[in-house]
Amino acid sequence: MNMLAIDIWFIIEKVALIATIIGLSFFIAMYTTYAERKVAAWLQDRRGPNRAGPFGLFQPLADGGKLFFKEEIIPLTSNRFLFILGPALAMITALITSTVIPWGASYVDGTTNIALQVADVDMGILVVFGIVSVGVYGIMIGGWSSNNKFSLMAAIRGASQMVSYELPMGLALIAVLLMTGSLKMSAIVSHQIEHGWHIFYQPLGFIIFFVCALAECNRTPFDLPEAENELNFGYHQEYSSMKLGFYLFAEYINMFISSAVMATLYFGGYDIPFVNESTWGLSPLLFSAMSFAVLMAKVLFFLFVFIWIRWTIPRFRYDQLMNLGWKKLIPLALVNMLLTAALTLWLNN
Amino acid sequence: MNVTPYIFWFLSVWALFSALMMVTSRNPVYSVLWLISTFFAISGHYILLNAQFLAVVNIIVYAGAIMVLFLFVIMLMNLNKETEPQKNRWLKLVGALAGGCLLLVLVAALKDAELKSQQAMVGAGSIGLIKVLGKELFTRYVVPFEISSLLFLSAMVGAAVIGKKEITHQNS
Repeated sequence: MNMLAIDIWFIIEKVALIATIIGLSFFIAMYTTYAERKVAAWLQDRRGPNRAGPFGLFQPLADGGKLFFKEEIIPLTSNRFLFILGPALAMITALITSTVIPWGASYVDGTTNIALQVADVDMGILVVFGIVSVGVYGIMIGGWSSNNKFSLMAAIRGASQMVSYELPMGLALIAVLLMTGSLKMSAIVSHQIEHGWHIFYQPLGFIIFFVCALAECNRTPFDLPEAENELNFGYHQEYSSMKLGFYLFAEYINMFISSAVMATLYFGGYDIPFVNESTWGLSPLLFSAMSFAVLMAKVLFFLFVFIWIRWTIPRFRYDQLMNLGWKKLIPLALVNMLLTAALTLWLNN
Repeated sequence: MNVTPYIFWFLSVWALFSALMMVTSRNPVYSVLWLISTFFAISGHYILLNAQFLAVVNIIVYAGAIMVLFLFVIMLMNLNKETEPQKNRWLKLVGALAGGCLLLVLVAALKDAELKSQQAMVGAGSIGLIKVLGKELFTRYVVPFEISSLLFLSAMVGAAVIGKKEITHQNS
């Protein structure tokens, strides 16, 4: 396996794919901020942003422009290098996660076979976990280097929350892996296409995973690192201009990616439910485009649920958050894992 | 053209440089960050050897969990240059001596190692993939595996006991 020999077309294909996915992540994140405000307005019986462009559609552009042109302030007492590294790390880790997600069915036309996935590595979903676990550093470094007690408290909260919720998330995931027998994202999707979506076999596992995903993205009801009435503003208090924008944006990209991961793990990825679309005889391009659109529909639904929860459920208290993670979710996830393991063993014999 | 040697040299330089910076940094937070960088370089080496599971688990466990706790403690202790305790000169000497002993042992152990027959396969082999690794662990090496997990369990129980002691002490 000479995977490191340079093949120029391979590199062009992958670079194009990566650029598309990053562009898409930014675009979706941009319009999730718009959707957030519109849905909030809808839930609170208001109008929401409606000045910039038709229906306020240019509002994210206006916000972005504002952030770019704001004055850049780096506190004198802060650690300059780490202060800049913090938001950069948050953004990088948010973007890398998309590499292993299969974004659609492969484009197969004769001998050409273009997978809509940057890397289908053997470790698949574990890579996502690795990057998510590194994502804590963006928050921690930013919070510490601001040299502000509130920022530090928020960063410590965020980090401990993310480390705690990674455990039940991993345990819920093991149940899925027991059913598929592979860590590859493509194998997880094709298993669901053959045997039905995992949500029907793993409802408890999905709920645990979803709660943990909310906590990992620092979304309400688990947005303790950004609890403004306790911490002034949160770990990004000292940040201004686009550095603040990066932190806020990274959160929305994380939401987008975790929606994609949930759709892939539990909702069949790019599979269309109840029908076998591969027998329709569609042209390869249309087939790939349709599978991508289906995945996107699922992702948008999850994004809506994220926003819906934010404007419905109030924030947890910090001890409640820790109790939920360690005393309720972990035992539940362990029971779920053991039950799945026993059932898999029983059914396979 | 094969890029593997270049990647190997790049990763090696990266790992050694990070490790050196980790030891020589004055600021403990920088030390932790350089150590994390070292872990990433080592994970890169694992990937070169096609030990993907080891690479990812190294990042999840060491870079993602253990170093976060390190960073926690160091950030909360608020170690500055001014508050840095003065190190005893004898302590430094003993440290250098101990490090030298470790070097001696390593050199002695590796001196007679046969390099030719033990050369690692680069980018090939399936021993590092999760399926093969799992089968090996749960068939051939099941007893050492279980013993090491018992060791972890005892460490966990020990940590819980120490933590509990603290609470009862405060209450009384």
